Amino acid sequence: MADGRRIHIITGHYGSGKTEFSVNYALKLAEKCERVAIIDLDIVNPYFRSREKRQLLASKGIEVIGSSLADQNSADMPAVSSRAAAPLQDKTCQVVIDLGGDAVGAKILARYRPYFTEEACDVFCIVNANRPETQDVKGVLMQIKAIEDISGLKVTGLVNNTHMLRETTLSDIKKGNRLVRDVSWILEIPVVYTCIQSTLMHQCLDVSMHTMLEMGIDTKIMPMQMHFREDWM
Amino acid sequence: MEKVLMKGNEAIGAAAIKAGCRYFFGYPITPQNEVPEYMAKELPKHGGVFLQAESEVAAINMVYGAAGAGARVMTSSSSPGLALKQEGLTYIAACELPCLVVNVVRGGPGLGGIQPAQSDYYQATRGGGNGDYKLIVLAPASLQELTDMVQEAFDLADYYRNPVMVLADGMIGQMMEPVAFGEIPQRTLPEKNWATTGTDGDRVPNVINSLFLAPEELEALNIRLQAKYQTIKANETRCEIYQLEDAEIVFTAYGTTARIVKNAIKVLKAEGIKAGLIRPMTLWPFPEAAYQALPETVKCILSVEMSCGQMVDDVRLAVESKVPVAFYGRSGGMIPTVDDIVAEAKQLLGR
Repeated sequence: MADGRRIHIITGHYGSGKTEFSVNYALKLAEKCERVAIIDLDIVNPYFRSREKRQLLASKGIEVIGSSLADQNSADMPAVSSRAAAPLQDKTCQVVIDLGGDAVGAKILARYRPYFTEEACDVFCIVNANRPETQDVKGVLMQIKAIEDISGLKVTGLVNNTHMLRETTLSDIKKGNRLVRDVSWILEIPVVYTCIQSTLMHQCLDVSMHTMLEMGIDTKIMPMQMHFREDWM
Repeated sequence: MEKVLMKGNEAIGAAAIKAGCRYFFGYPITPQNEVPEYMAKELPKHGGVFLQAESEVAAINMVYGAAGAGARVMTSSSSPGLALKQEGLTYIAACELPCLVVNVVRGGPGLGGIQPAQSDYYQATRGGGNGDYKLIVLAPASLQELTDMVQEAFDLADYYRNPVMVLADGMIGQMMEPVAFGEIPQRTLPEKNWATTGTDGDRVPNVINSLFLAPEELEALNIRLQAKYQTIKANETRCEIYQLEDAEIVFTAYGTTARIVKNAIKVLKAEGIKAGLIRPMTLWPFPEAAYQALPETVKCILSVEMSCGQMVDDVRLAVESKVPVAFYGRSGGMIPTVDDIVAEAKQLLGR
């Protein structure tokens, strides 16, 4: 699933689902790869950060690197751990980098810029067409440009993560698919994944691959578990 | 109506702008920072003013000034920030000025932490400031309710000439949910003929003032305020009654905690225990009547809060000792779990 690239930067608009994607992606990588690390570089959000899922991720052998302040899962200080460089240097390690939202969240990438060579590094932009600012092509293009300008990196793949949480239907996914297709066409960047909540997966299987193609979805599917959503949310 | 996916704090900003709010004064504090961030970006597009004040004290006094001039104005903060705003709030209440104050509550006391809490119930409903005043306090449990309440808050404030607070715990501020910006019930609002907008030389100047050295005058103000508070009590008290019929145990909770309780009720139901919920949607005025109309089957009430026990006081006053009232809470940013609540209920019922 990694196309030979081993560093996977997960970026995108605030609230697009980067953290949920990062955790799902890291877990998927861990099914195939021996060494997987997730670096939580979210210096924007105080809640819902991948470091909160340390226990789950560690149980699958994934190293979690968060704040340099030990056990500070709930501090909002931009204290990035010096450990973050280790998996970036280790050529045998698959690395998922979970960023904070928007350009401001991508700013921190500058610190690690030398590791992010074109051959080694994916930059995935997560898109949720139900977020007010990325409902149309113009909005998504603006996000991508701002992120690219501040990080000096080019987005290499688009991820359609259009959902409405528990109210998600196939038409949300379809709507998002149209949007990322258009962006893909304009920027000449491939759509690499379509995210589908695992609770909706059976519906997709029912409607069969044929229908998925009819919906215009021919990308790889990322089944999403909602790790950050308690039952009462 | 079209729904979008928003974060609570963004929804607060979007709802306020939709309701015609054009002035925001505030100071950053987690977990409400996305409110000023949103307003800084969006208000100028609507011809409004966002201003980051030098402190919370300055911000609430800017609200005081703008409200006095008749503007639709708001501020938002989180717990320790609200503590700083209390002086301004009592002045605003005394001068009967409409405004919206949002508290996205975090754990305390002191600087506390940044995780969600409900330990500012006393601060919100008792008045952290001096004197006999009341804020109308709205307590949303979902982002849709938050969106609706923020929009309605401005009308409520104008209608009663009273500051309104939306009390949202950090989870409501930080979580995401689908929201739609629908039309809210319209009220006929009184003209703001008291506002200090300039006389143009043809009327007596309006004065915004809370200093009354003559005790007769100050008591007259208090009598007028109390009469207004009685009207608000009669007209604006709101709560959700959930599965009360035949309930053996009645939970009471607001905000995020009420959502967790609803899941606990499902679990109990599956085990054959009938439980219900009284969810205050206004914390002041408190929905006392709901606790006085309990079914005969109720053996006890359990107040569940993200605090060390604050709303439970109002519950006890409302219940008037007719049934035992127990309390279960977590604090410091810890969130009660469904299992904890179920276990507590079973223990109370001796199951």
